[in-house]
Amino acid sequence: MAERTVTRADLCEAVYQKIGLSRTESAALVELVLKEITDCLERGETVKLSSFGSFVVRKKGQRVGRNPKTGTEVPISPRRVMVFKPSAILKQRINAGLGGNAGGEAHGP
Amino acid sequence: MIKSELVQRIAGQNPHLYQRDVENIVNAILGEIVAALARGDRVELRGFGAFSVKNRRARAGRNPRTGEHVAVEQKCVPFFKTGKEMRERLNRPQPEVAAK
Repeated sequence: MAERTVTRADLCEAVYQKIGLSRTESAALVELVLKEITDCLERGETVKLSSFGSFVVRKKGQRVGRNPKTGTEVPISPRRVMVFKPSAILKQRINAGLGGNAGGEAHGP
Repeated sequence: MIKSELVQRIAGQNPHLYQRDVENIVNAILGEIVAALARGDRVELRGFGAFSVKNRRARAGRNPRTGEHVAVEQKCVPFFKTGKEMRERLNRPQPEVAAK
């Protein structure tokens, strides 16, 4: 089975199906959830979503990088990056139904 | 911020919704992402980032305490790549931080 890409539209559809709000309002709420998470991270705050995972902002110091094409050294300025730490439950869900499936094509329960 | 705080913030901006509804909405969104990853699908949210599943091959590991050899089975791990806009927003000059 080909791998699909799930997008905002699918999340809106899920909210629409499960909650019973209009499509427009479902879309606005999906957007708002993402906006609140983004705003929080932008302030440098950690976002912990139980049974899903947490988003953490990390500060990186300056380091020397290299242009892979030319090999010239270039300084990489200090920056903030965001990392996602999946919860144990999420990791379990992803590996459920993987019993000896060498293709790595995981199926949900 | 934890999930209940996220729910409160959203409920505060949507007085016509019960807090319980907002909780269900947040759970529906997260549940959809989890279900997609469990199927092995990718989830791409422009401006935020993309979730995908990466395959880790079986390998010979070691118990770090005893040094004993242990076989580690192949497994899949969730992976998140930060979106372009998100990356830029994290590194935008921040007035309140700069003022300190």
